[in-house]
Amino acid sequence: MTPTAPGTTDLDAQRIAQGIRRRVLAHVLANNGGYLSQACSSAELLATMYGNVLRLAPSEGPLHPAAFESVPGPSTTRVSGGMFHGEQAPNLDRFIVSPAHYALVVYAALIEAGRLDEAALDQFNKDGSTVEMIGAEHSPGFETTTGSLAQALSTAGGIALGRRLKGDSGRTFVFMSDGEFQEGQTWEAVQALAYYKLDSVRVIVDVNRAQCDGPMDTVMSIEPLATKLKAFGVSADSVDGHDIAALTHALQRPTGRPHFVLAYTDPVRGVPLMNERRPVLHYLRFTGPDERRKYEEFYEDLVSTDSAGGIR
Amino acid sequence: MSTRTDIEIVTRPHVENFLEWSASRPNVVVLSADLTNSCEVGKWRDTYPDRFFSMGMAEQNMLSFAAGLAREGFEPWLHTFAVFLYRRPLDQLQMSVAYPNLPVRLVGFLPGITTPGGVTHQAIDDVAVMRAIPNMTILETGDATEVESVLDIAHAVDGPVYIRMLRGEVPRLFPAGESMIFNRARVLTLGGEELNAPTDVVVLTSGILTEEAIRAIPALQSSGVNVTHLHVSTLKPFTDPTVVTALRSAKSAVITMENHLTTGGLGSAVAEVMAENAVPVPLHRIGLRDTYAHGASQPYLLAEYSLDAMSLVRTVETALDRQLDISETDLADVRVAAMHSNAKVEAL
Repeated sequence: MTPTAPGTTDLDAQRIAQGIRRRVLAHVLANNGGYLSQACSSAELLATMYGNVLRLAPSEGPLHPAAFESVPGPSTTRVSGGMFHGEQAPNLDRFIVSPAHYALVVYAALIEAGRLDEAALDQFNKDGSTVEMIGAEHSPGFETTTGSLAQALSTAGGIALGRRLKGDSGRTFVFMSDGEFQEGQTWEAVQALAYYKLDSVRVIVDVNRAQCDGPMDTVMSIEPLATKLKAFGVSADSVDGHDIAALTHALQRPTGRPHFVLAYTDPVRGVPLMNERRPVLHYLRFTGPDERRKYEEFYEDLVSTDSAGGIR
Repeated sequence: MSTRTDIEIVTRPHVENFLEWSASRPNVVVLSADLTNSCEVGKWRDTYPDRFFSMGMAEQNMLSFAAGLAREGFEPWLHTFAVFLYRRPLDQLQMSVAYPNLPVRLVGFLPGITTPGGVTHQAIDDVAVMRAIPNMTILETGDATEVESVLDIAHAVDGPVYIRMLRGEVPRLFPAGESMIFNRARVLTLGGEELNAPTDVVVLTSGILTEEAIRAIPALQSSGVNVTHLHVSTLKPFTDPTVVTALRSAKSAVITMENHLTTGGLGSAVAEVMAENAVPVPLHRIGLRDTYAHGASQPYLLAEYSLDAMSLVRTVETALDRQLDISETDLADVRVAAMHSNAKVEAL
């Protein structure tokens, strides 16, 4: 099979990023709340991954997510959200999403990348659906269950080690949020990746410096993150997380080590209205009809601008 | 009275057995957290260096890493002390390993008070914690034959398995050819003609306390007490019809003995089965009673916390409301493994 990427252009990635913001904002309006700042910060990250970086089997067309059947057990058939990344192969990449509360953003990215039916968002957070609010491994785009943060990097290390034992040439990518660097397990994982020289592991981090309680510096600082990572024996690039060309270069650059791309982002990028909600941006719930109306007007402007610019 | 000078003591049964067993199973890999020789896999590491992964003192990462290997088709056998498999990395054990039902084998050494390492090294609540984890299977070894045969049992399970493992000098209580059977208790003593014939007391034991019960039962029989004794090696699932049949045969009492808290382990599992099957006799649970232990020798702790053979005698007396006139000298000989023998490569 022929991998789909790289081969797309930055323009495609730009289109995906803008589509992620538009879809997530529309969803937040329709549902009176949601994880909007995560879409603003990570839109270019996920767009770069799906548009420019990941070598995945071609999508068999936008797939409709299956209904929830059961949790994994000895007598159940395993349903993996990884199926939306296409059939696995030794020479292709894996993409492990760690911050499961970015689920809505991941679903929007899959839709924009032509891998998930856009009607899937109608099932978001609905009873009996796999399109869950905090994704689990049956949810589109999720290979592992990572809602308890900081476990995915370790699991990706085990996957990469297993793939090396089998002789696979594909890479194992991980998408992380910056808050996960407050967890001790993350550093246990980094030292293990470095010790076993797992240079097939490549990590992209949304450094939006915002977390549930507010700005990261008021909760628990993690800086200097690149310095710490390099001291652990891995390579690390700090880039503008909204610059698709810079992200693409940093993610593809061979380093001979486990590689971390620290994408510094703006949690209100593309939706400046959210500045009024600072300092707490983690989850948007409208304070009343007035605020809601402002976001509706902003959305209408956004859609017409997109149309005028020829981008859907 | 009776003595047991004929009991074979096997030195480090896991070492060669696991080595040979792994030879024809290339997907078996071992992960260790800086307790490799202490968990009797030093020779395994040297024999299969490409399949052995030192993970350092970082158990949370080790559990999630093992999950990744299992997802790629490998069968990770984690070797460390039992406490470090479920206390520190419980969330990783639950979310990375148990929820996806991955074939990760957790080989936990130093169950209960088998170590002088004190509270930090004594897994006294592991069975209780593991029984509350969906998809988990729990096996406990009671002698050298079970240390040897538990590998096949665990290997056959579609999902994670936790093993309470024995090391060092381990007695062979059961014939080498009589392997552990999944979810099937061993009937060691019958109080009546058959398992379902009424008997005074039914005793269910697990792990090292089976040996203690074996010491006491001849003396109980000599005192005219009919005893049925079952050794339990599968603690989850706990649906063995042998156990139900035995429980129903009890006329006066059921007694459990476990190297663990009386809450959440064998005693609790038996209580649940008795309630569900309306077994109408009292249950007496021998085990640690809502207490931590401390650093001391196994015989000392067995006596201090009333887990030993004489404690079974006293419990039978209470259950039957009868003095049995049995003293320590009437019990079978105690097997004393030298604390610092060559079999124990480290003090811990």
